[in-house]
Parts: sequence; C-alpha cells; structure tokens
Amino acid sequence: MTTAEKTKAAPRQRSDVILNYLRPKKKFPNVWCAGCGNGIVMSAIVRAIDKLALSKDEVAMVSGIGCSSRMPIYLDFNALHTTHGRALPFATGIKFAQPHMKVIVITGDGDALAIGGNHFIHACRRNIDITAILVNNYIYGMTGGQGSPTTPTAAFSTTTPYGNAEKHFDPCKLAEAAGASYVARATVYHAPQLEKAIMQAVDHRGFSLVEVISNCHTYFGRLNRLGDAVSMLKEYKEKSVTVARAKRMSPEELKDKHVIGTLYEDDKTEFCDEYQKIVDAQMGEK
Amino acid sequence: MEHKLLDRIEIPHDRFEIRLSGSGGQGMILGSVMLAEAIGTDYTKRVIQTQSYGPEARGGASKSDVVISSNEIYYPKAMQLDMLLTMTQESLDRYYGDLHKEGVLIVDSGLVTRIPTDNYYGLPFTRLAREEAGHVMVANVVALGAIAAFTGIVPRENLIEAVLSHAPRGTEDKNRAAVEIGYREAMKIAKKE
Amino acid sequence: MVDTQRKLLLGNLACVHGAIYAGMRFFAGYPITPSTEVAEGCSRELPRIGGRFIQMEDEIGSIGAVVGASVSGVKAMTATSGPGYSLMVENIGYAYMTETPCVIINVQRGGPSTGLPTKGSQSDTMQARWGPHGDYTAIAVAPSTVGDTVTETIRAFNLAERFRTPVTILLDEVISHQREMISLPKPGEHQVVDRVKPTASPEEFEPFAHTAGGVSPMPAYGEGYRYVITGLTHDAMGFTTNRPDEIKLKLDKLRNKILNFKSEITKLRIEMMDDAEIAFVSYGSVSRAVLLAVALARKAGVKVGMIQLYTVWPFPDEELRDYLVGCHKVIVPELNMGQVVREVGRILPPDTEIHSLLRYDGEILTPMQLLEKLEEVM
Repeated sequence: MTTAEKTKAAPRQRSDVILNYLRPKKKFPNVWCAGCGNGIVMSAIVRAIDKLALSKDEVAMVSGIGCSSRMPIYLDFNALHTTHGRALPFATGIKFAQPHMKVIVITGDGDALAIGGNHFIHACRRNIDITAILVNNYIYGMTGGQGSPTTPTAAFSTTTPYGNAEKHFDPCKLAEAAGASYVARATVYHAPQLEKAIMQAVDHRGFSLVEVISNCHTYFGRLNRLGDAVSMLKEYKEKSVTVARAKRMSPEELKDKHVIGTLYEDDKTEFCDEYQKIVDAQMGEK
Repeated sequence: MEHKLLDRIEIPHDRFEIRLSGSGGQGMILGSVMLAEAIGTDYTKRVIQTQSYGPEARGGASKSDVVISSNEIYYPKAMQLDMLLTMTQESLDRYYGDLHKEGVLIVDSGLVTRIPTDNYYGLPFTRLAREEAGHVMVANVVALGAIAAFTGIVPRENLIEAVLSHAPRGTEDKNRAAVEIGYREAMKIAKKE
Repeated sequence: MVDTQRKLLLGNLACVHGAIYAGMRFFAGYPITPSTEVAEGCSRELPRIGGRFIQMEDEIGSIGAVVGASVSGVKAMTATSGPGYSLMVENIGYAYMTETPCVIINVQRGGPSTGLPTKGSQSDTMQARWGPHGDYTAIAVAPSTVGDTVTETIRAFNLAERFRTPVTILLDEVISHQREMISLPKPGEHQVVDRVKPTASPEEFEPFAHTAGGVSPMPAYGEGYRYVITGLTHDAMGFTTNRPDEIKLKLDKLRNKILNFKSEITKLRIEMMDDAEIAFVSYGSVSRAVLLAVALARKAGVKVGMIQLYTVWPFPDEELRDYLVGCHKVIVPELNMGQVVREVGRILPPDTEIHSLLRYDGEILTPMQLLEKLEEVM
C-alpha cells in the first residue's frame, strides 16, 4: 500500500484521533508545563502516524531523558524511555533486530546533541531507518533551565547567567553532514507543516531528522524576556521562512531566521537493507 | 613435619610441553595452532595452546606453547618444556632455561649460532623455506615438519591436513612441500644418530 | 567416527559458540583488547544463521543496542573489557531496572583505567556486583577453561532469561586467548531457557507484575502488548511512581526474584573436600593452578581441597559455609588486591583462619606459588 492510499483511510475528528492514541490506564496529566510546545509535537506525531495508517504494534517510540522524552509514556505504542542521550543506540537495537518496525525517537537538544552527540552522528552515518524528532527548545527544561548545545551565543540560562559565551549547533546541518538522508525543520507554530514533515520522515527509508523549534517559555522565554507561550509562537511565525523563500534571500537576511521545510533528502542505501543482503548471501551459501 | 612440603612435591610426567619461539612475524603462534590442531585429531589427547600476546608479538621474542596430556590438563601454561623450538638467538637465550634437562632443543641453525649445549637438533628452517619450499614465510611449517619427525608426537598426514586448513588459497603446494622438506631433513639427522 | 564438533577453540570464540547455542542472535559491541575476537567471531557467525551483528560507536551505545534488541524479543549480548565495562554500567543499570535479559562478557585485564590491555586480571569482580549505581542484585559467572566458557555462556543466557536480568560473564585474558581442543555441545545436550511470555490479554497485562516467582512474563514487540519500559522507578504497570510503597515493592522485586532462587543460580566445583582440613576457594582462571596444586599436595599427603565458584554473584554464602565445615584454614587466591576474600571472610566462623594469596603484577598465579602459600599456612 502506498502512502497516498493509506492516507485515505477513515478520516476522523482531530480530538478522536488524539484520544485513540493516548495510552490506556495512564494517569494524566503529563509533566509538561501549560502551553509547552511538546503537546503540539505530540499531536502532530499522532496525526502523522494515523494518516500513515501504521499499526500501533509495529511502532516503537524510544526516548532519552528530558521533557520531550516523556512522550512515549503517554502514547499507546511500544515505549522505551531510556537513559540520557542514549535513545538512538536503543532504537538502533530495536530497528536492527526488528527491521519491519517503525522506530521513532523523541529527543531534545541536550539529549541528542550534548550527551548523545556521538550516537546522533553515528546513527546519521549508518543511515539506519529511524526517525528522530528533535524538539529544540534551546535549553535544559527538566533540570531547570541550563544552557544546551543549541543555546544561542549571548542567550541567558541558569548556567549562562552573564550570557552564553559558546557557539551553538545547527542540528540539521550536523545531521546532513553526518549522513542522514532526510532532514526537515518546522516550528510548533507550523503544526500542519510539522505533521507533513513527520509523515515524510517516517515514510522515508533511511535516517530522518525532524527538528522542531519549540517553546520553553518557563525557562528560555522567562530568562531571555521572550514573553509567554503565545508570544514565543508568534515570534516563530514571524521569524520562519520556507526553504523556497530562503533560496532567494541573502545570508544577512537569513540571520536569526528559522528555515522550515525539507532541507535535505537523498536515496542512499539503508543500513538494515544492506545488512539483510549480507545475511541472505551468507545463508544462501550455507 | 619431617620434610618441607615443596621438597615432597613431584610434578607428574603425564604432560608433554612444547614451546615454539622466535621473533614476531615468524609465525610461531600460527605454527602452534596448527600443531595443536594436528595433535588434537587424536581423541585420546587433550591439547591446550597459549601464547604471549601483545606488543612483544610484534617484534622481539614471541612464544607460543602447546601442552598435551591424556588426562585433564589442570594448569594450562607450560611449566617444564619437553621440547623447545627456537628460531632466533634471542628466543633461545630467553627460553632455554625453561627446558627440562631431558627435553629436546631444536634450533634454526641458519639463524642461531651460540647454543649452550651439544644436545640439540639444528636445521636451517628459514633457508630451507626460502630455497626449497619456495617462500621464507613457510619456515614455521618446515619446522613443524621437523618437529613431527623428531618427536613422533603427530603423524605427518595429520600435520599436513592441519597446515592446509590454514593455508591461504594458492599456497597449498608450498605449505605441503614445507612439511615434507622439514620432515625429510629431520629424518636424515635422526637416522644418523 | 569423525567428530565434526571437535575443534581447537579460542576462549573468546567459545563465548560465541555458547551464546549461539543458547539462542543469541544479536550482538552489539566495540573493539577492545582482550575481548575483540568475540566481536569478530559474532560478525562472521551471526549473518550465517540470520542473526545480526553491529559495531557501535562506543560501549555505551553497544549495551544500549543490546537492551533495545532484547526488549524487542531477541536474545542479545555484548563483550568488552574493564574500560568498556566501566562505560557500560549506565545502561547495565537500566537493564537491571527494566528487568531486561542480556549477557555482558567482561574479558578482564589489569586496571585501573587503560591499565594492562594484554594481561589477565580478576580485578573487576566487585565491579560485576556493584558496577551501576543504586540497589539491585547481580548475577555473575566465572568460567575457568575454554570448555567451561561454552557451557557457562549457555548458563549465563539461561539465567538472564529465567530471571529477566543482565548476567555478567567474568572471563579474563588468560582464558580468552587460550586455545583448547574441545567438543562443542550437540543440540539437546544442554537445556536452553527462554523468557516466559505473558498469557494474560493485552488489556489485563501488567508488564512488571509481582508474581509468586518474582519474575514477570515478558512479551516481544509486535505481539500486541504495548507497554512502557522506563529507567525511572515504576509500578507494576510500568508507570513512573514516587509512592514509597511502590518504590519498595520494585526494589524488593529486583532483589528477591534472584535471592529467593539462589539455589538455581549457585554452581560450585568441589574437589577433594571430604576430609580436607585446608581449603582453597577460587574462581576463574586461577582455579586451574589451584587444581594442580591441590592434586600435587594430596599426593604429598596434605589434606587439602578446593572449592571453585562458577557463580561468583550472588555469593553462595550458605553452600560455601556448608562445604567449609571441618576446614580450619582457607586460602583465597586471586589476581587482584583482594576482592572475593572479603566475601569468604564474611561467611567463615570466627575460629577459621583465612589467608589471601594475591597477585596483581600482570602475571598469573602458578601451582608452585600456591604450594608455597599452602606450606606457609600449614
């Protein structure tokens, strides 16, 4: 069945869709602050999976440690909430052992790029068929607002009280350079675009990264005087430009802008497929 | 107590210990693996092979031991060598002291010149390999052929089979020839005695 | 008759054969001396039987992938040495908490830090018990020969599956780089244990249920049981909890599921202990030298015996105490600065002398050194 055919299946009310994917028996509410972008990301993932008509049993949702990493606990998939920074190796084990499964990793900027940076670049390099959704809020939320590898230079956090002296990572550039075969960016303001990017990423055969710019008004917003959740989302709206528009803009004009959409895509061979060829050849030889 | 315990200890001679020694790159470890496999073809024998491993295996003295017994081999390392092969002067100097007083010493007579005893077998394994077997790389296999002849510990056919199972494709003839040359030259010496 | 199962096998490859026999079909690892041949062997053998081998970016990733594969339903292992084990302890702890069966081979070398990559050691014995932070009970086994390594690897997998827990195999460089002519086990020769699958419906399923045996049934991914696995302290449903009663239940479970069934886990080799007045208590490669020393001393008329611990953790307190009744002196030889000797000392009656024979200069204990110690103690 192609993706196009799958998407025709049973259109539903949006709220029903979400409820259908929340974990039964789980005591809510969740750990997220009111207005947190993680909720928008979670519902975009659910809508994308629903439109792709994936079986819940065939989806593994893996995460590390951090605010966004709590997501698999709330959703009705095979959930593996692992250690800080290590979601991708665990996900690699699942995907490699069960290549038919769809493996989605929920990670944050600290989780994926600081403590998990090495795993991140190597998962990209292998081009293993995993979708990483990196919720980038520029700060460590769970531990109370410390600087992360995406905290902009001069920005404030509880560990950069005089402004950040460091430079930050661009996760998308990093992923592309390391070998990921699908790279996209969206913000939590752009929920429909985010949903589409996740659909494409999950459908893509190979390592896919979706970076989601998300608001942590509780820490990043407060410490940097960016206002509440709504004002932060408004800022994402104003500061975002599509890939198509960005192509017509100068580097100077693109400064401080979020380029959203599909940033990179190729069809290089996928790791599990290549390994399966070795298995087939070796088992055939026996 | 009348005697000290250590004076009353007798190491039983239910084991035969072989050491192949030389310098890194002479194939002593692979040689001992092939020898151990060949000997182990005999079901009644227990065989353990150990080696010195690490930087010293990449230059300097390299050694590898094979312990053979018809009983359970409790301690896997050599304690008193029954046979010592030395392919270099350095390895002879270093390991001669580990050889039992009635043990057999075999040296590469083309490379080892200062030998502390008259009771030894000498054959120019490296020269035989180069000139007769067709490649210096099989000097270790020439030596194995000679060990089979001198000790009678393994039938020549079993040794050839073990050697060929490790021979890279295209080198089978050279390796087979190496065993035969070592065996033949050793028999010449052994017969003289 | 030709025995095709008979071969000259390297200690490190004995692990591979034992693991495959036990049903291991997934290996993730990172090269490190003196364990590397385990990874190399798996990279050759696993694709031939439809298994999977992956070289990860480090040891942290390796044990992560192993746990991921195991929760998805495949028996998995990794192999490393001390420095790599140190990196792995984070996710070994995760495996304890999440009750994930897996096997970790630690081919010990001298330490601390990079230490002695090519020299044998037993200095990670305590690390196998106390590696990860927090409270849990560990299982570790210690083979002493190449043949043992095959059977102890099978046993390690069986224990991991039976008790839903990581199991460490304490190998060392001495065994790992030794070749021994052995016969590989034939199919059916050894029991192979698989994790118990749930019989409850997905709606009624409790992934970390408190059962009479202490071990909860474990489904594979894709079988309809979509549950939460988390390293956070959790209740029977797998949901995170801060409730004191639930926290205590969980930690008690991690301990009791193993300690209440210790007799299934303990394995000792007892030699010449019937009338022994002096006993060696040893484990791992040192046991080989002890066996010879004891045999020689017996011939010389000394009433000495030996107890070899194949199971080092959980420590076999009761069994060891029973066997040591009648011994007034105990010698514990180890290739470290004294680790298991403390455990033995803990269980001995106060009037029993305990002596330690330690070597930590990179060389192994010889039978003569053991005999010298015996003479000194007599």
